[in-house]
Amino acid sequence: MKILICISDVPDTTTKIKFTNDNKELDQTEIQWIINPWDELALTRAIELKESLGEKIESITVINVGPAGSEPTIRKALAMGADNAIRVDADPKESYFVAYQLAEAIKSRDFDIILAGLDSADYNGASVGGMMAELLDMPSVSAISALNIENGKVFINREIEGGTQKLEAQTPFVAIVQKGIAIEPKIPAMRGIMMARTKPLEVVAPANADCLTENIVYELPQPKGACRKFTEENVNELVDVLHKEAKLI
Amino acid sequence: MTLLVYAENREGKFKKATFELLSYAEELAKSINADVIALSVNEISPDELNKLGHYGAKKVVSVTDEKFALLDNKLYTSMIANLVEKENAEIIIFPDNLTGRALAPRLSAKLKAGLVSGVVSAPSSYDPFVIKKKVFTGKAFADVKVSSAIKVLTLSQNSFGIKDPSGDTPQIEDFKAEAVSEKSNIKLLSVDKITGKLLLTDAEIVVSGGRGMRGPENWNMIEELADVLGAATACTRPVSDEGWRPHDEHVGQTGKIIAPVLYIACGISGAIQHIGGISSSKVIVAINKDPDAPIFEVADYGVLGDFKNVLPELTKAIKEIKGS
Repeated sequence: MKILICISDVPDTTTKIKFTNDNKELDQTEIQWIINPWDELALTRAIELKESLGEKIESITVINVGPAGSEPTIRKALAMGADNAIRVDADPKESYFVAYQLAEAIKSRDFDIILAGLDSADYNGASVGGMMAELLDMPSVSAISALNIENGKVFINREIEGGTQKLEAQTPFVAIVQKGIAIEPKIPAMRGIMMARTKPLEVVAPANADCLTENIVYELPQPKGACRKFTEENVNELVDVLHKEAKLI
Repeated sequence: MTLLVYAENREGKFKKATFELLSYAEELAKSINADVIALSVNEISPDELNKLGHYGAKKVVSVTDEKFALLDNKLYTSMIANLVEKENAEIIIFPDNLTGRALAPRLSAKLKAGLVSGVVSAPSSYDPFVIKKKVFTGKAFADVKVSSAIKVLTLSQNSFGIKDPSGDTPQIEDFKAEAVSEKSNIKLLSVDKITGKLLLTDAEIVVSGGRGMRGPENWNMIEELADVLGAATACTRPVSDEGWRPHDEHVGQTGKIIAPVLYIACGISGAIQHIGGISSSKVIVAINKDPDAPIFEVADYGVLGDFKNVLPELTKAIKEIKGS
């Protein structure tokens, strides 16, 4: 079985978000870039499967749409345990553009399971996995919280509104994954970091793709007013305020 | 021209989020002089379908074919795309939840229609089409311009509100989607339903606990408070990672993003990743014994104290109000 994981490069989740150029651009000066947390969990699960199933998992490939600057993130994925990587050399402008680039790069290759994160910690499009699946005319299953392979069959749990379903899925398909697929991301070991330097990273030229959306301006949320404090002794007053003033309870 | 709303039901009843979606769609429809059509999938009673009209749908399209009994993203997308074409829909609106996130991106790619997910208000302009959405997990907003003729939106919950159900009885029409002939790649083995419990993403009030709760044995206090308030329960990432609570309760950057009317945070220090998941809450109440906890910076009301003393007091005082 061949597994592909789509990874994107996002600001570290502890980043304080700021904008520049009249709020038209993200201020990147203090940003640390990381693998999108959902994608990192997807990769972790693929590595866990390879560790338990051995040769049955023929290869783990990661693919990223990004400029040369995203290569440290790709190398980190290789250090975690991916076997090889593909980088589509394009600025990831918006979801449809990225999904199109991925589909173009993937369609001539052969994968059984393509993993994508449910959401991304930057623009929260929650969209690239599904769009790519449609462009590839491939089935997709969304919000997967567990993925197992037994005797060549793929079993998944997916969260739906109001419950969890256990499913058997035929390959090939796009698995859009969320928290639960793995718990803690795999930390690269020194040996992995050394090996990552020589693992294949193929750079492919971008396809001609349209953008359907454009973020024209950003704004930060309104600052909150001061917090009104109460003590253990006057919890009753708080309840009174919530009931009579705020009318919330 | 029409607006198409995906009207989701839970166990045969339409959700509040669906009524909010219709209220929102009607507002947009007024601005562009269009009609709202609601799409309902699976067998639903006529009384329930009529409700969609009361909240703004002129017409309800009902799909009851067996092949859509199980949510298959690809099949559903083909069916919805057929309907979009048939009804000449220009804006298609989904809830910003697991279902919307499963379907909206596929539909967007199929129709080559720009997708904006997690929108928080009506468009600020229709030509060009510009609309506001959350980005960086609630840490900021973006105004997004959509250049395609057809637009797909997912609406962030509790961002618009529900109008009075004063609309007329809708026209109800069956839709067979005969053009969809492919087979699903998934087979359902079993379902674990959350029954009798308020869904976190549907709840107006949420009571949530962090590592400051010290252990799962103290969660009965959270549950009792949630009980008297008719609230859902939630937790932070460390709590679900430790296995004190199930993963589906994890709220924050990599968990669920929620926007309740009232969020009560107990023993939660307020890490930036957690704040991202709750910052759209209308009112935040924080209970923490550390006066420097960052949660107080985003809270509207705070109680400085130990949860073991505060929570039972809070529950008792609320019970008194509810009883009176």
